[in-house]
Order: sequence, then structure tokens, then C-alpha cells
Amino acid sequence: MSDQIKPDELLNKIDYGPKKKSEPGNWMNTSVQIRPGMYCYAAKAESVKTLSLPNARPWNPLEDDWKLPDNWQEIIFQGLKERLEKFRTFKVFMDICVRCGACADKCHFFLGTGDPKNMPVLRAELLRSVYRNDFSTAGKILSKIPGGKALAGARPMTMDVLKEWWYYFFQCTECRRCSVFCPYGIDTAEITIMAREIFNLLGLNIDWIATPVSNCFQTGNHLGIQPHAFKDMLDFFVEDIEDVTGVNCAPNFQKKGADILFITPSGDVFADPGTYTCQGYLILFQYLKEKYGLDVTWSTYASEGGNFGFFTSHETMKRLNAKMYAEAKRLGVKWILGGECGHMWRVIHQYMDTMNGPADFLEEPVNPITGTKFENARSTKMVHIVEFTADLIKHGKLELDKSRNSNRIMTFHDSCNPARGMGILDEPRYVIENVCDNFYEMPPNTIREQTFCCGSGAGLNAGENMELRMAGALPRANALKYVHEKFGVNTLGTICAIDRAALSTLCEYWVPDVEVYGIHELVGNALILPGEKNRTEDLRFEPLPGVEEEESDE
Amino acid sequence: MNQKYLIPLTAVFLLFLVAYTGVEGAGLQWFFGIVFPYVAVIAFLAGFVYKVLGWASSAVPFRIPTTCGQQKSLPWIKQSTIDNPDTSTGVFVRMILEIFLFRSLFRNTKAAFNKNASNRLSYSWEIFLWVGALAFHYSFLVVLLRHFRFFTSPVPSCLKILERIDGIVQLGLPGLMLSGVVLLLAVLFLLARRIFDAKVAYISQAADYFPLFLIIGIASTGLSMRYFTKVDIIGIKTLTMGLVTFSPTIPEGVGGLFYAHIFMVSTLFAYFPLSKLMHMGGIFLSPTRNMANNTRAKRHVNPWNYDVKTHTYEEYEDHFREKMIEAGLPVDKKE
Repeated sequence: MSDQIKPDELLNKIDYGPKKKSEPGNWMNTSVQIRPGMYCYAAKAESVKTLSLPNARPWNPLEDDWKLPDNWQEIIFQGLKERLEKFRTFKVFMDICVRCGACADKCHFFLGTGDPKNMPVLRAELLRSVYRNDFSTAGKILSKIPGGKALAGARPMTMDVLKEWWYYFFQCTECRRCSVFCPYGIDTAEITIMAREIFNLLGLNIDWIATPVSNCFQTGNHLGIQPHAFKDMLDFFVEDIEDVTGVNCAPNFQKKGADILFITPSGDVFADPGTYTCQGYLILFQYLKEKYGLDVTWSTYASEGGNFGFFTSHETMKRLNAKMYAEAKRLGVKWILGGECGHMWRVIHQYMDTMNGPADFLEEPVNPITGTKFENARSTKMVHIVEFTADLIKHGKLELDKSRNSNRIMTFHDSCNPARGMGILDEPRYVIENVCDNFYEMPPNTIREQTFCCGSGAGLNAGENMELRMAGALPRANALKYVHEKFGVNTLGTICAIDRAALSTLCEYWVPDVEVYGIHELVGNALILPGEKNRTEDLRFEPLPGVEEEESDE
Repeated sequence: MNQKYLIPLTAVFLLFLVAYTGVEGAGLQWFFGIVFPYVAVIAFLAGFVYKVLGWASSAVPFRIPTTCGQQKSLPWIKQSTIDNPDTSTGVFVRMILEIFLFRSLFRNTKAAFNKNASNRLSYSWEIFLWVGALAFHYSFLVVLLRHFRFFTSPVPSCLKILERIDGIVQLGLPGLMLSGVVLLLAVLFLLARRIFDAKVAYISQAADYFPLFLIIGIASTGLSMRYFTKVDIIGIKTLTMGLVTFSPTIPEGVGGLFYAHIFMVSTLFAYFPLSKLMHMGGIFLSPTRNMANNTRAKRHVNPWNYDVKTHTYEEYEDHFREKMIEAGLPVDKKE
């Protein structure tokens, strides 16, 4: 990141008071400057084609001509109209905002950039101003009175407006923090989702979303790992685990009649430090197989828990998500277990059953080891692995050696989607408490439902928009730095694959002495496998606490 | 002066002048006292119903509440039953708290960035917007309810009790009603926030200032009639009872100030369904608040769900069969 903006330079730019001089009159009259470092590259034509989405062509956001179809305004109008009828959220949120400003300083991108158009209310107003012009009766009536257009706050759809939309709706990570504070529950994520659907009608996706989506559709996962390579990756982990523990934890693939199908984001299979979390899963499943005969299978076909289709359109989300149920049905498992991931769990929790259910070919999930019925998942039939592990620990079914993680001074980052689109808050904390000795919370306004985004969610985890990402990461980093300095926190736990990648970059940039861990990596370290050797290293091949001294004593 | 508030301020002045001079100069009492109030009330009712039906006609394809607390999961984990409800009772309580106590706004914080020394971001509880909003809405409600004495004969006892509570400070003659004063102060606070808070000023539109100026106009003409200029209450009650019994009459001796007041009130009613003031109806329909977070337990049905093109396992296996066999992965068709 040598050519990237330095932390100090970034901090110097922050100013929460919109400058009146540089923004004369109304914000509606200023046009957008698409700035390198703040935007993601355009979708490759090939990726758009794979999904048969419209207007696949090479284009560049920095150029004047975006190579849109001639009737692009008509497409936007019809697209909005259709969505206003299909989504009550969208229609209500277009009408009822009073611009009270409660959301203004809740957005991590506003806090990190000071750009007034990153205030959630203003992000939504970018779209509302056109809605008021084209759809609201008030806008139409008022525009006939002198001064009425200003009174309505309306503006027509132009190329400048479209570029502004594109720039700012790809500066929203759909984290929903603003929605927690809104007195009407207006959810900017929902508005961003609609705007991105509109972009996709015109072929205006970004590549960091379009290519993973295309890969996932064709190959089964975002990274485009082909079946044999996927197996190779897991085999490689199995070898590493055997080095550390002396136990072979080889998983099942596509095993028909297994008890449970396990699906996790492919990031866990491919990118550090998610790979260690993945090893944690393998260790847990080996333990459960050995001790209790639980039969878990993986699938290379449904090898992606994440769903970047969610950042493209509802339809694309459905197309990618369909694999989970299809594979569970084909394999004849009882129910599905899902790995640690953020937006994946919002899709599973709030969308999957509605889109691709009913899952009447699966059983209501019961933990065969503890007998616990997962009643909160009785229809969707998919259980979060942290719910599953917490249940096992509570019933004393896991033998854990906490001391193996005693060098980890932990804090926990609640990921946006599990926190605000699900509410899985205490389960991960319970697991952490049982596998670690030292745990400190970050300040109350930065955790649980008020948690801050990593700054790279909703498909913005690219390399070219690093300034945007690091600015958006600031509020999280700032809270982390606070506990790092106060309590000596050296480990940031999380249950999201994007987080494991994004927070590592965040730490490197803002709080260099902190490492990122998935919760099941800690479980993997602590879990005492039947027949394991005397462990001296953790999953990262670092010496276990206490071992270093012993060796030097000898 | 910024045109964002200059236009609405001028508009409200004009409204006042039109009614005042229309009555004092042109004798148009029948228009400002009878025709326009009727038109405004019809526009309000029709517009409100039209708007709400419009929202209701849009589908709710997914159950997507914003969860603000612990979910219901394992029996020994304490659920936050109000902020993350999984039952309709929980949703009901959540909605009551939102509608009557503005619970989400109560959470409001203010972020501050301490540059240089510590580079620390800090968040403090910011209660003033909540207090201001609550004061504004409740005083407005009380003022509105008190006005029902002009439309009922005899005045119901509950209104008299309300008046007695509202006038509890027993100051001056006629007795001071707290609600009117609180309303004016609260609306001035909300206005000051819009003008002096740089962030709120930036997001504000003329459509935000207009209702504020209009309500300031309504409150100040009302307060002025009650405490300073005095009006012929008997005459006004004759007019209002005439309106409500559909036998409208114009009494003698009621001045232009009253007609300016009723004209601005009528304008507010007519403007209501065309504006952001519809948040009053919309809050009930907000899907992030009025739905239970139980989508995994209870299937939600999307009325327009349709089939989509997926990439099936068969297509996948056809594509990768050789590589799969070579890697020792099970396949359905071995060819």
C-alpha cells in the first residue's frame, strides 16, 4: 500500500461540518467527481454475460460516455416503478423521511470521510429527489406553483445524477447502522439495494461484485475454485492440522445420506486468516465424528456460503442461493449447518426460505448430540455454527483447553448483518468465553446492534478503492485501538469471512499490533481431539502459550 | 439568507396576508371560513387514505426487520423480546414504544472527532432532538385536542380535564395553557437546529422549513388571539359549530387574524398528505419495525416470487466430471 494515502493524511481530511463555501446553495446543484481510491472498477463484460444480465460491454466510470442504451432514462423510470410496487419498504422509505438528521453521523463512511453525501439521509435523498420529480403526486402538483419545485425538493434524472448515484451507492456497505437510529426504521441498505438493482438493468455493476457472482454461478463459489482445487485446499488443511495435532481430520465431500451438509464462505477456504477458521471447522467435525458419530459433509457444488448476488439484485441472490437447498435435497441430509459469515447469514435468515423454500425435504433441525431442537430455525432448517457450538459447549459435549488460547487478549467485532439482520450477539460471546481467558468489549456505542462496519462489506472489498475502505474502517479501528491501548487487546474475533479479510487490512493500516481470528479457529485450538499428540503449536504454527518458555528452560 | 428557507418563509407570510387582507379588505369570510376549510379537510382525508392505501398496495416480499438486540435462539440465551421480537406481542410493544415514545430516536448519539492529540472518535448520548421532538408532537396533540371544544357542544368532560391539566400553572388571565407555549418553543428549537446545525442545514429542503414556518404562524396567531389581541369567542364557536354541523354561517365581529389562523391551519391539512408529514401514517407501515424476526422459524411468503434460471448440479457435474473423478470426488454419472 505504498502509493496509498497515509493514515495521517486520511485523518486530516475529516471534517464533519459541511463546508458552505465549496457547496453553494443546494447540494442538488453540485455534480459528482468520481475520484480514484474511492470507487471500484467496472464489471467485466464477460462476467455480466455469464448471468445473461443486460448491457454487457467494457466501460470505464472515469470516462464521460458510459455506453448506456439510448433509452436509459426510460429503463430507470420503469425499474423504479416496478420496485415501488414490489417493495413496500422502498415506497414507504421514499415518502416518510423528515430529514431529522438522526442518522447523519451514524454512517462509518461519513465518520471516516466527512463527505456530507455519505450521510445516510443524503444518500437516500439522491434517489428521493428523482422519485419526487417522477412519481410523487406532491411533486407533480407542487411543480405547477411558482417555487414549488424547490418546495418539493425534486430534480429530474440526468447523467450527472446517475453518476452521483453510482458513486455513492457504491459507498454504502448496506450495514443498516443508520436504520437502528431512524425513528421510522428507514433502512438505507434497502435503498442501496434498489439503486444497485437499477444499475444492473443498465450494466453498471462493479467488477468486485460481478465476477464473484459469475464465478459462484458457474463454479460454485466466488473465487472460482474448481471442484478438484477445492478438495486440494481442504486436503492441504488436513495435512497442516495433522502436523499440529497428529490427528487426521479429512472431511467428506458430497456424501449422500450424511447427517448434515456444511456450507461456509469460500473465503474461509482460500484467504488467510479465514483458512485457520476453516481448519477449526474440520477439527470440530472430526471431534464430533469420533466422539458421537456425527456425519458432516461438504459440497464442492454448494461451496459458497456468501452471496454477492445480494449486492446485485434480489433475482441474482435467489439464483445463487438456490444451490444450498438443491444440494441438501440431492444429498439427502437432515439439515444444513452454516459457517461464520456476515451477509451470508442475512440472506439465509431473512431471505432463503422465502425465495427458495419451503425446505420440506429436510428435517426440523435437532442437535443429535445434545437433543436440542433449534426452534428458531425450524422452517429454514439451517443452523448457524456458532449456535451449534454454543449448544454443544453448554451441554458439556466439548473438551476444551482454554489455556491454549491464553495468549490471546480478545475483543469481539459484531458483524453488521448478523447483528442487525439477525441478532446473533450473545452466542459468539459465550463461545469465546469458553475457549479464551481474556475478553474485553469495545465501547458500548460500537458493538452489538450499534456495531461499526469493517468498511468493506457489500462487495466493496476491492483493492482499487482502498482509501474509501480505510476511511470507512476508521470508526471500527478507533474503537479497537482504544481497547488495544487500554487492555492490551491483541486479537479481534469475528464471525464473518469478509471481516476476516477486511479487518486484517484494517488492522495493518490503523492498529498494526492486532490480529484477526475467526471464532472457530479459537475453538480448533482449544478442542482436545481424541488421540491427539502433545500439541506445541497453534493452527498458525505459532508456539502455544507456555511452550516457548518450557523449550528455553530445557 | 438562503433560498431554502426564504421561499417557504415568504410563502407563509403570503398565506397570512392573503387571508388577512382577503377578509379585512375584500370581505371573503365565506371563502376562508367555510369553503377552504371544507376543501382542506376533504383533501387531507382523501390524500391520507390514498397515500396509505398506496403503501399498503405494495407487496412485502421479505421479512426484514432491523434487529436491535439478541435474537431468540437457544433457550438459555436471554432474548431481547422488544428490540428483536419474534412474536406479534413483541412487535406490538416495539411499535407502541416507537410511535408513542420515539424509542429509536432516544438512542441518538453525537459523534465527535478529536483531531491531533488522540485522534479519538467518541460518541455521546444526544437527547435534545428526542426531547424536542417529543415536546413538539405531544404539545401539538394537546393543542389539537383542546380545539375540539370549538366543535362540540356541550364540551365533553374529558376535554375539560385536559384543559385543567394543561392550565395547571394557573398563571395570568386568561389562564396560561402550557401546550401552546411548549409547541411554539419546540418548533422554534427544531427550526434553530435546521438553521444552525451545519449537517442538518445541509440536508434540509424548503419542504422542511415550510411546515415549520407554517406551524410557527399557526401557533403565534393562536397565542396572539388568546392572550393579546382577543377575539369574539362566541362568534368563532358559532362558525366552527356551523362547519361541523354542515350548516355553515359567518358570524359578525370576527376579525382577519382569526381567518388567517384558520387559513394556515387549513393549508397545513391540505399540504399534509403531499408531504413528509405523512410519516405519521408511514411509521405504522415500516417493515423494518413492524415485523417479527422469526423468518427462520416461520416461512414468509413472497406474493410475487418467481422461478429463476439456476446452475443445476447436473450442469455443474457435466462441466467438471473428469476433474471430479480424477480428484476422487463422488459423481452421479460415471462416463
